[in-house]
Amino acid sequence: MAILVGKHTRVVVQGITGSAGSFHAKQCIAYGTQIVAGVTPHRGGETFEAEGPDGKKVGVPVFDTVAESVKKTGADTACIFVPALGAADAILEAADAGCSLVVCITEGIPVTDMIRARRALEGRSVRLVGPNCPGVITPGACKIGIMPGHIHRVGKIGVVSRSGTLTYEAVGQLTALGLGQSTCVGIGGDPVGGMDFVDVLKLFNEDGDTEAVMMMGEIGGNAEERAAAYIKEHMKKPVAGFIAGATAPPGKRMGHAGAIISGGQGTASDKTKALESAGVRVAPSPAEMAVTLKSML
Amino acid sequence: MSRPIDACEALGYEALHAPKNHPMKIHEYQGKQIFARYGIPIPKGYPCLTADEAGKAAERLIAETKTPVVVVKAQIHAGGRGKGGGVKVVKGGAAEAKEVASKLFGMQLVTHQTGPEGQKVRRLYVEQGLDIARELYLGLVVDREKRRIAVMASTEGGVEIEKVAAETPEKILTEHVDPAVGLGGYQARKLAFGLGLTQGVPDPKATVAEFVSIVSKLAVLFDKEDCSLCEVNPLIVTKTGKVLALDAKLNFDDNASGRHKDWLELMDKDEEDPVELEAKEAGLSYVSLDGDIGCLVNGAGLAMATMDIIKHHGGTPANFLDVGGGATKEQVTKAFKMILTSPKVKGIFVNIFGGIMRCDVIAEGVVAATRELGLKVPLVVRLEGTNVEQGKAILANSGLRIQAADGMGDGAKKIVAAVRAA
Repeated sequence: MAILVGKHTRVVVQGITGSAGSFHAKQCIAYGTQIVAGVTPHRGGETFEAEGPDGKKVGVPVFDTVAESVKKTGADTACIFVPALGAADAILEAADAGCSLVVCITEGIPVTDMIRARRALEGRSVRLVGPNCPGVITPGACKIGIMPGHIHRVGKIGVVSRSGTLTYEAVGQLTALGLGQSTCVGIGGDPVGGMDFVDVLKLFNEDGDTEAVMMMGEIGGNAEERAAAYIKEHMKKPVAGFIAGATAPPGKRMGHAGAIISGGQGTASDKTKALESAGVRVAPSPAEMAVTLKSML
Repeated sequence: MSRPIDACEALGYEALHAPKNHPMKIHEYQGKQIFARYGIPIPKGYPCLTADEAGKAAERLIAETKTPVVVVKAQIHAGGRGKGGGVKVVKGGAAEAKEVASKLFGMQLVTHQTGPEGQKVRRLYVEQGLDIARELYLGLVVDREKRRIAVMASTEGGVEIEKVAAETPEKILTEHVDPAVGLGGYQARKLAFGLGLTQGVPDPKATVAEFVSIVSKLAVLFDKEDCSLCEVNPLIVTKTGKVLALDAKLNFDDNASGRHKDWLELMDKDEEDPVELEAKEAGLSYVSLDGDIGCLVNGAGLAMATMDIIKHHGGTPANFLDVGGGATKEQVTKAFKMILTSPKVKGIFVNIFGGIMRCDVIAEGVVAATRELGLKVPLVVRLEGTNVEQGKAILANSGLRIQAADGMGDGAKKIVAAVRAA
């Protein structure tokens, strides 16, 4: 059944009346996603109009609070398009209302807000994807976020990435080779976010619909190194990867306060080495991501 | 002109990833003014814009502190100023301070963070001299993995902390701040005792209490002022056992600029790369690089991957330019103009995988910029994703000499070949 989202997923869109929220809510509804509610404070009682995949009109009820939307519509997943300075609050509102999955698309959230939000989510079973991410899609079933739906195909490859457009690039390549996707998860590029590579890899590892995984990382931090450690230890399925930023300016020094904390890691070559030693095949160039994965099947 | 590289940019990651994560930097004296607001002890000092002012500041300090020593410090947005010759201890009174200042003003100060051409000194800070017994390091950063603010302290103050981390990591003590309760007093005491602050001072209890107060206030400041980095290197203990911040380095999280209107006043445009500043004001993320292939890409990850693939095929990128997701035609036009007017650009590669970004908007921007400025170098365009057909049609009907690419690998090969042939 793929991971995180599927046909059964009932979505409430926070910020549905805003420009980004309304545009992408419409795209998601047209893809076939069950958007059952929208939330914008002071706009409760309105109806958000859109068209389903069959061209039929769909009316989505708008509420003042997420709690009310969950109570009235049974929404279980939130998708956030709230402006940056209010987005961390929106994440907590969704968690408090009982959503089991929160997908935060918003970019530019202050890191101190995310530190507090993550602390507040500790001990709860809610999953957070993002922020600053393209969202999650299970092709043919449910698209939550801003990725172009038409490039995806139903299939068996799990995709996880820190970058939005680089994910589209990988998906485009996979689809062109006839390799469909089980679920694609954009985990976002912010220093402090929700699910990381390991969290998503664990789900793919247990998912009966996923046969192999494509992961795209970037320089900075050590999320890829932790992923490599997990893969080495537990992963039962082939994983192909790519690390963006190998040619980032050499003048930019490695020795920085953040790297001291994370153990001095963070370069593309460190990450590539860590992944390769875990059995991951790392694509030599971003044009060869899907080809590299295919070579492992 | 290269931008001063900050201690918190892992290989430019922070700068490259998201334009809004580009940290905002301020001068030492501005950082100290903020420290003072939070009750963190700093030496007495005055910022100066001329040598005359510096002389007067020295005179005032000597009278106020009744000691003849002052320190004249160059104010640039880069570390390592002391080693680079930008910090001078003056023992000969106000006249000497003025003379030292006149030499510092206008000099190109080269440090390990400025690049070889250095950074021009336009502001000075004249500060009282102190009897230093010990120099410590104190730094606060965001620990991505722990998702908390980390407070680092070390006995090895006054030197590059990166070096300490590489050679003697055990000399760095770390505590994490729980955002729900703030930094615990016990955590600050752990650092104080770990640093051996009770040794060699007349009143150990007082010295530890001063340190604890400073660390606790810095943790609050980091959060309230939305910092991305806060470094005090060195934090000093005087011969009488007083603890003071002898340096102040604050970077701010640009994402929080919406709730800090005062940041605009703190910004020193002389310290920013003019091209990058121009881009920032237009809502674009732009980093100048050394190569000759201009790149226009949407999304930071794809932009980095585009640089990688150009290198992979033997070329070198002239810039990193991410137009982002929701760019307007005007922003794309502006971005393309910036590339067209860069003297080092010998070819241009546009690589777009449209999601939110529509290919027709990109195409319109490219055509508009080129109509105005002309196109004198080869241009390779790869369009994919949302509204790709409309985008291709706009380019085809423009009459521009454009090579279309089928995928990013094909595009990179074509632009590298075209630049070589030119």
